[in-house]
Amino acid sequence: MTATVAPEKDATRPGRSGRSEKKPASDRSTAENRLGLKLVAPAVVLMLLVTAWPMIQALYLSLFRYRLTAPDDRAFVGVDNYLTILSDDQFWKSTLTTLLIMVVTVAVELVIGFAFAMVMHRIVFARGLMRTSILIPYGIITVVSAFAWQFAFSLNNGFVNSWFNWLPFIADDTNWFGDYPHAMFAIMVSEIWKTTPFMALLLLAGLAQVSEDMLEAAKVDGATWTQRLTKVILPNMRAAIMVAVLFRALDAYRIFDNIFVMTKGAEGTQSISFLTYRQVIEQMQLGLGSAMSVLLFLSVLLLAWLIVKLFRVDLAQARGEG
Amino acid sequence: MAQQTGKTQVGTWIGFVLIMLWCLFPVAWIISLSFKSEGETGAGSAQFLPKEPTFDNYKAIIDNPDFTRALINSFGISLIATVLSVIFATLAAYAIARLEFTGKRLVLSLALAIAMFPVVALVGPLFDMWTTFGLFNTWPGLIIPYMSFTLPLAIWTLSAFFREIPWEMEQAAQVDGATSWQAFRKVIVPLAAPGVFTAAILTFFFAWNEFVLAISLTSTTSSRTVPAQMSFFVGPDPFNPPYAQLATASVIVTLPVIVIVLLFQRKIVAGLTSGAVKG
Repeated sequence: MTATVAPEKDATRPGRSGRSEKKPASDRSTAENRLGLKLVAPAVVLMLLVTAWPMIQALYLSLFRYRLTAPDDRAFVGVDNYLTILSDDQFWKSTLTTLLIMVVTVAVELVIGFAFAMVMHRIVFARGLMRTSILIPYGIITVVSAFAWQFAFSLNNGFVNSWFNWLPFIADDTNWFGDYPHAMFAIMVSEIWKTTPFMALLLLAGLAQVSEDMLEAAKVDGATWTQRLTKVILPNMRAAIMVAVLFRALDAYRIFDNIFVMTKGAEGTQSISFLTYRQVIEQMQLGLGSAMSVLLFLSVLLLAWLIVKLFRVDLAQARGEG
Repeated sequence: MAQQTGKTQVGTWIGFVLIMLWCLFPVAWIISLSFKSEGETGAGSAQFLPKEPTFDNYKAIIDNPDFTRALINSFGISLIATVLSVIFATLAAYAIARLEFTGKRLVLSLALAIAMFPVVALVGPLFDMWTTFGLFNTWPGLIIPYMSFTLPLAIWTLSAFFREIPWEMEQAAQVDGATSWQAFRKVIVPLAAPGVFTAAILTFFFAWNEFVLAISLTSTTSSRTVPAQMSFFVGPDPFNPPYAQLATASVIVTLPVIVIVLLFQRKIVAGLTSGAVKG
């Protein structure tokens, strides 16, 4: 999970403009080029070693019927694995579940995160205390968050039922892990609790960019609070919001830990990541599992592309090198 | 804000209380649960606070060799992955922030793509490769992928920091006859240390938290990390998980996180949002 967005390339950087004017073939720039490549090489090799290479292997394996428990049965089957998956109900159901989790959690986090960011931006006291506290859910292990909420929602040992039984849809004996809607709710609560602080911090950084002068001017011109929010604050932090949404959406789409701990995929709460894990590790279906891996990879690419296109996220800025 | 009205001040106060509750209440819940006795959770204990607080769970967890072993694995793997990842990222980020070379944008795009990579998609092929190379269920078997997945974050954070460094000093050193490499080592490294430290904290958090690879690429306690160990710790009765002991383990693995956050709060926030401020 990364939130770091390098600063946009600043043309005013000292030294840089002079350097690029240099003749391309000078000894100095050849040496610089060589040093640059040398310095990035180890990082690039490491990143590719564990991603590109296995992905190529997955692409290859996905064309075989290959089960680790029966290696001799391995046979080339072409795109059969893909057809099997794409015509499977479970695959589409878990894709829907994953998308549902993604849309709901990101939307809720955006609203709560924005409220948190507003409070943190305005507050004049205890800033350090609040930033320390908000980093605790961020830093906590997802598995721990999942356990904490699983126990909170537990039928016998949780406090949720006894504290909230005055709500119309919660009774003393509500079984939160007994059906799809309840289990999904519990999973989303854990996901939202852990990741909202991250969203809030990114939005806070965006909020700090909205010029106070502009807000002041809007106020003098008689803009209401809602007008100032929708016409001044939100448009001015569009870039920060979009980057936060992109990162969080792709992160939520990969949801695994919470589901593994809280429901083990029961009641139809399997996410696409969980289904893939199950094929590969539990069923040892390396061929079929690899095909799912490829599909998962492609769907993340598609999703990233869609978000960038739909919301016109300025990746040139996010990339830091326009 | 200079002229806050009374109404918004009340709102800010309410917001403050809500944020504190949001962040700390679930932590208080697992701490409270960790002091409940096994008998109490076995019989069903719906109230928040323990009836008779006991340290038994802490004794049981610390005496549990599987858990202490997992703690050692977690610390060892996370620390080694952090140190190595930050070293490689520092080299790469320096080149990206300072040097002109072909393929620079490619490296940054690659890092961005890998940060968004669905880790589960690698589980199958990595499992296959690691068994072939004898890396399955070993420390390096987890350290290597952890490095790969933390490099993007570290490279981004560090290159953002490196852009803020007064580079005239590097040029001054070069004018005085230092080579690019000497300028890097003698001038930039001391200046960049705070940024490197921030990247290290974020990297450590990632490795400490990682779960998918930890359960897929290990099979015994010899290399299983705490999150993986906890998820397999079901106790004798699968229908009645050892709530109190799991809560205790949760509290113990959360302690390092809280210590790091308390000590380095400013650096972490700066690292997480570096660049987003300007983007």
